[in-house]
Amino acid sequence: MIQISPHAEAAQTCTLDERSLYLRRLVLGAVRSAGRGHVGPALSLIEMVRVLYDDILRIDPKNPRDPERDRAILSKGHGCLALYALLADRGFFPLSELEGFCGTNSILGGHPEYGMVPGVEASTGALGHGLSIGVGLALAARMRGRAYRTFVLLGDGEINEGSVWEAAMGAAKHGLDNLVALIDYNKLQSYGPTDYVLPLEPLTEKWRSFGFVVEELNGHDVGALRSALGKVPATMGRPTAIICHTVKGKGLPAAESNADWHHKNKLSEPELDAIRVAVGDF
Amino acid sequence: MRNTAMNMVHKLAARDERVLYIGSDPGAGTLRAMSKEFPSRHLIEGISEAHIIGMSAGLAMEGYVPYVNTIATFLTRRCYEQVAVDLCLHNLPVRLIANGGGLVYAPLGPTHQAIEDIAIMRALPNMTVVCPADADETTRLMEQTLDWLGPIYIRLAKGGDAIVSRAENGFRIGRAILMRAPGDVLMVTTGIMLQRALAAADLLASQDIKAGILHMHTVKPLDVDALVQTIRGVKLLVSLEEHVSTGGLGSAIAEGLIDRLGHGLPAMLRLSLPDAFMHNYGSQDSLMKKHDLAPPGIAAAIERALARPVMPSSQLHST
Repeated sequence: MIQISPHAEAAQTCTLDERSLYLRRLVLGAVRSAGRGHVGPALSLIEMVRVLYDDILRIDPKNPRDPERDRAILSKGHGCLALYALLADRGFFPLSELEGFCGTNSILGGHPEYGMVPGVEASTGALGHGLSIGVGLALAARMRGRAYRTFVLLGDGEINEGSVWEAAMGAAKHGLDNLVALIDYNKLQSYGPTDYVLPLEPLTEKWRSFGFVVEELNGHDVGALRSALGKVPATMGRPTAIICHTVKGKGLPAAESNADWHHKNKLSEPELDAIRVAVGDF
Repeated sequence: MRNTAMNMVHKLAARDERVLYIGSDPGAGTLRAMSKEFPSRHLIEGISEAHIIGMSAGLAMEGYVPYVNTIATFLTRRCYEQVAVDLCLHNLPVRLIANGGGLVYAPLGPTHQAIEDIAIMRALPNMTVVCPADADETTRLMEQTLDWLGPIYIRLAKGGDAIVSRAENGFRIGRAILMRAPGDVLMVTTGIMLQRALAAADLLASQDIKAGILHMHTVKPLDVDALVQTIRGVKLLVSLEEHVSTGGLGSAIAEGLIDRLGHGLPAMLRLSLPDAFMHNYGSQDSLMKKHDLAPPGIAAAIERALARPVMPSSQLHST
């Protein structure tokens, strides 16, 4: 019998502060403009990306290729709206770009592209690639004696991919304590519950047995994320995995834990009204 | 050829600190000397090709030039998405050193026979595909890999292949080498088909058929300029490849010539493996012979093609 984590329960019940609501307005505004977007996967991810970009990453939007910057890769590329919202808000590109999301001449596609979007380190969208790239970046830092750290954001459905576990073994082999995997554990992938599609539990034990220092937390708890990410590396010589219990579609009651909101096409007027009630006018 | 390539990685590593060797689970002792001299740049990462390609991409993003080495089928089929997305989409300078291109691993069966690798690698934007003919040419190729932009797929043969390339011809990635001036026939080769073509040309000469040879070591980017210059006056253009009939050198030549000229092309004969997996074992040579890619089979196929009546172009539209 799998125990339900108290962090998962907390993720369900916790409330969101004004900044989290603002970021959701940016995401949903882009979906409204484009008439499409991965809503659920972005909303579960927002606090993880927010804390990274607000509090943790040593980055300079004016110098996005600074060799000493921390690296972050959104391996679950379909959650890109959360990343775009943070990058725009932090000044990597104008907020107005969000309105062009998925447009023919937009820099912002349905998955993030390196070279197109300032601040995006790697093109992702095909799942199971980011952690291996992150291992390469982290190993390069070690070999070059650089202090930057590498953070990779993974989806729970994404870690169905065997390449993730190849990468996990590689990270542990090299003792990459400058590498952090954040798992957006919203427990719902495209078809349905992760438990049904391909059970992941015991997830903490899996990552630990692969050689990672593992922490579990409520992925919508900004304070908990700051605390966990602020103490990386947790253990010298070992990579870190932070399992972030989240709610897919968090902050939008109709979308929460609802597989129908994994990807959303045109939003209806009643849906737009419900969004305004949930996150405010946008 | 393989030892030469490995030794060149070591030599390049001594010259340039960006060079890394990354193997999956190579034979015991592979590049042992390099592992002793540059232990941090000699990486053995396990039978995890998908991960290795992604990791190489990450290292290349940070300025390294990784040389990834394993068996050709595993470096192409197993991790195709990683090659496409992580290497080609990002246009990163990772070098894929593919052991056993073509039928080298004939006795090990179809899982180990890289017979469609040229097609799938050249289909990828930004990828360069090179098939050296012998160890000397491999050395000349490897010298140029250090600063080539973007990924390179290097298709290696068995090793111990007869040395037929010549230093005086030089070597540049993307520049074909004219080995013999054309007569009625021009053979275009890649990889170790060069040796077979040279022997076939001798057989044809004994029948008073003059056959030239253009060695297209680089299948992508294809040297269409050299092709266009060399086919002038040629009655029969022959492509020779240790590869299935779909998507390889013959296809590349046809595409390149049609795009450039569109008309006035010589008759073309594509000699290759069939569009099929090989269910025979034996050796590289025995399978080549079975599929008429040994010199006598090549010469005979060319003689038959020359004897075929040529259909006037005016009839093409009425059939």
